[in-house]
Amino acid sequence: MRRKVSMTINGTQYEHEVEPRLLLVYHIRENAGLTGTHIGCDTSNCGACTVEIDGHSVKSCTVFAVQAEGAQITTIEGLAKGNELHPIQQAFWDEHGLQCGYCTPGMIMAAKQLLERNPNPSEREIRLGIEGNLCRCTGYHNIVKAIQTASKVMATGAGKEAKAPATVS
Amino acid sequence: MAISQMVGASIKRREDPELVTGTGSFVDDLPQTGLAYMSIVRSPEPHARIVSIETSRAREADGVVAIFTGKDIRADFQAPMPVTPTFVPDKKAPDQYPIATDKVRYVGEPVAIVLATSKAAAEDAAERVEVRYQPLPPVTDIEKAIETGASLIHEDLGTNLSYDTKFAAGDIEAAFREADIRFKQRLVQQRLIPIAIEGRGVVADYKKFANTLTVWSSTQIPHFVKVFLAVLLGIPESQVRVVAPDVGGGFGSKIRVYPEEFLTALASKRLGRPVKWIEDRNENMRATHHGRSQLWDVEVAAKKDGTLLGVRVTQWLDLGAYCSQFGTFMVIGLLVAQGAYRMKAFDGRGIGVFTNRTPTDAYRGAGRPEATFLIERVMDLLARETGLDPVEVRRKNFIRKEEQPFTALLGLTYDSGDYELTLGKALEMVGYGQLRKEQAEKRKQGTYLGIGLATYIEICGLGPAAATQAASGVSLWGMSVVRLHFTGKATVIIGSSPHGQGHETTMAQVAADVLGLPIQDIDVQHGDTAIGPMGMDTYGSRSMALDGTAVHLSAVKVREKAKKIAAHLLEAAEEDVVYEGGRAFVKGSPSKAITIQEIAVAAFQTNRIPKGMEGGLEATTFFDPTNFVWPFGAHICVVEVDKDTGAVRIVRYVAVDDCGIRINPMVVDGQLHGGIAQGIGQALLEEGIYGEDGQLKSGTLLDYLVPTAADLPSFELEATITPSPVNPIGVKGIGEAGTIASSAAVVNAIVDALEPFGVKDIDMPASPEKVWHLMHKNGGKQR
Repeated sequence: MRRKVSMTINGTQYEHEVEPRLLLVYHIRENAGLTGTHIGCDTSNCGACTVEIDGHSVKSCTVFAVQAEGAQITTIEGLAKGNELHPIQQAFWDEHGLQCGYCTPGMIMAAKQLLERNPNPSEREIRLGIEGNLCRCTGYHNIVKAIQTASKVMATGAGKEAKAPATVS
Repeated sequence: MAISQMVGASIKRREDPELVTGTGSFVDDLPQTGLAYMSIVRSPEPHARIVSIETSRAREADGVVAIFTGKDIRADFQAPMPVTPTFVPDKKAPDQYPIATDKVRYVGEPVAIVLATSKAAAEDAAERVEVRYQPLPPVTDIEKAIETGASLIHEDLGTNLSYDTKFAAGDIEAAFREADIRFKQRLVQQRLIPIAIEGRGVVADYKKFANTLTVWSSTQIPHFVKVFLAVLLGIPESQVRVVAPDVGGGFGSKIRVYPEEFLTALASKRLGRPVKWIEDRNENMRATHHGRSQLWDVEVAAKKDGTLLGVRVTQWLDLGAYCSQFGTFMVIGLLVAQGAYRMKAFDGRGIGVFTNRTPTDAYRGAGRPEATFLIERVMDLLARETGLDPVEVRRKNFIRKEEQPFTALLGLTYDSGDYELTLGKALEMVGYGQLRKEQAEKRKQGTYLGIGLATYIEICGLGPAAATQAASGVSLWGMSVVRLHFTGKATVIIGSSPHGQGHETTMAQVAADVLGLPIQDIDVQHGDTAIGPMGMDTYGSRSMALDGTAVHLSAVKVREKAKKIAAHLLEAAEEDVVYEGGRAFVKGSPSKAITIQEIAVAAFQTNRIPKGMEGGLEATTFFDPTNFVWPFGAHICVVEVDKDTGAVRIVRYVAVDDCGIRINPMVVDGQLHGGIAQGIGQALLEEGIYGEDGQLKSGTLLDYLVPTAADLPSFELEATITPSPVNPIGVKGIGEAGTIASSAAVVNAIVDALEPFGVKDIDMPASPEKVWHLMHKNGGKQR
């Protein structure tokens, strides 16, 4: 028994017939084809699948696709404007806030919500704020730095930190 | 070394823009049409005979394409899975095939595969496969495994003992006779589950008429996977291609060829269509190998002035249900347990046993964290026995800088090292003297601060070829191709296969300096067996020391050829030509230079190059070093322990590491951060717990605690630089160093904090419960 579900993801309307048991994360990956949202566990611990649903950061493995009927969803693919990275994406790059990059999309989505709620968090607040997202590569050190840098950039609306490493791409 | 711009610069990684925007290409992200999805029926029994497998109900399920049991496909495999001799060539190792037929030996072992038109359909059908088991008593204890009457896991071997071997040097009896101080300790290396955030995954595409197989796998070792797919499936190696796309972490857990790589490929071969298998976390925690799972019994002989005389140690290694490909690599822990210290004798015994648990293999550090844990706990125990400061005990026994290169008791030669330098710097950073005063003050107020040291040496950069072949049966070296294109852009192909280490950036830095090309003009390719010669892949902190050196050497060859062509074009003698910053000119006439781009064009216009020279501008290098490389360092952890809850909080973590020349310090520090975090995870949180029933009790991320951001501090890192003499770029390895030092530093800090309670040791993970009990065993009274 399939049910029709429609939602807006990154500004595009998606309409599909899905099984009611389909988790939103699979819907995003397989039906919408947005594979930046990753799956890292079966128990909603790792946060690799974090997306934004109607302004709230949500682990998309905790939601059935049909529950997102009519929702406005933002995934990692929806953050950059053209070639311009979102300040959090830029800060993760500048501060070496990622290594294998698998947890990164979820981590960035969690960081986005954190900074929206608390634009100037302390180190402790950042650490508590991303506690629901696991990273095995970075020891979180540079993720915390990246969120601090993003916080400063977003507060001032300024460009990159002067001390950020040289851009060579 | 030449003056360089790129080497030593913290250049931002070129890998990152894709990864931060969600446009990376992990196995499950690859576009593919016509897929069948594989789900694996796995044993819920730790030890049982398979009585029957009933698949008819499953075959009726929606979307099912095919179902194969072990018996259906066992004959398709032309050899068992590979096991290397690694340190113990005469061990007993059973044949392991990718799928069980008559008997299962661990929870998670594959017994049948289900192919269907979607992942969900495959999983639904897998649940309808009915397997009847006749349970056998499980073996779940390392020591009891080899007791008389223990249930036999491999009847044909007649024992659960794989090996009992010795690595000894010096007169250990004399050392103990000379000793004023003798003590014993058991150190437990609990079982760890690696938990790369991306589990494994495989897509296989077999083309029947061409007899070609292409496999995309989340692996650290695409080249090895290619060879063994060819061998087991009987497809010519030249017709097998393996690609490791973006790989979401490895930490050793993707270092071997796995049953699922063979099963996915075989299914594709049987069906004649592409097949995808993506491991979920539940499977990952049982089917991907585990790490550590060892017991170390140590006996120490020393003098009362703190001089270490000798160490007698037995390493019990739990291999799990089979001998994994590099399962006995962890025996290396015995070979390097001497650490940064002099001693007169070392008597090591290694015992390897089979248990009904997931096989163990390399996990970040692989044997070396265990060795460091051993010798660094010994140093602290010796300090406690003698009443000396842990710093003094270490200083007293350090191998001196003047003694380098130092040949250790068991014959390995350290390439370089200055242990006093890194320790001194770390002590200064942490403010050791002041910290000890603060500790004494706080104790009076009932606050328990602990300071833990760990100094380490690390053997890494595997090759050299002869040594690794002798030790492990696998000849290891580095490989690169540096190719200049017609337009002067360069492609660098490496034999290493990164999964987060940033080789696309760092290898380009190495090449850029030699070629004088802007880094944007250099593209680095890896992880695809079709693009270059054989490579030896990435593990054991080897990539920069081996493949990085190979990149340097290939780039030098290209530069030398470019100089020859330039001399010809400039009508000058080669020795009069200077090559600098991507330009060649006759000495004294830099204004009349020709650029590397012009030289590259000429290289492909073979009428314009010297007679007898072949066209093109590229070079291949297989680099075989003369020795391993030996990073070293000193870590200091400061903890505070809460007497009411037993909770341990890391207050500070200071590390000074020396990995020789640092190609990209930002990347080096990142490797250290992650490595330290994993060692802290072992010290405080992580444990793969099996019940006596052979079931994994900590089999989800709810139960198996991976460190979160809130569990960790920011790390304070400094470096010293002692270039390695064994490669021309002076590099060592850094991927594992953090883990090698940190579990010892954390545990030493906790034991130090608990000193007022008479505590001498604590088993990892030092959970709040364990800590609380130790603090309250005498009603909470201090000594």
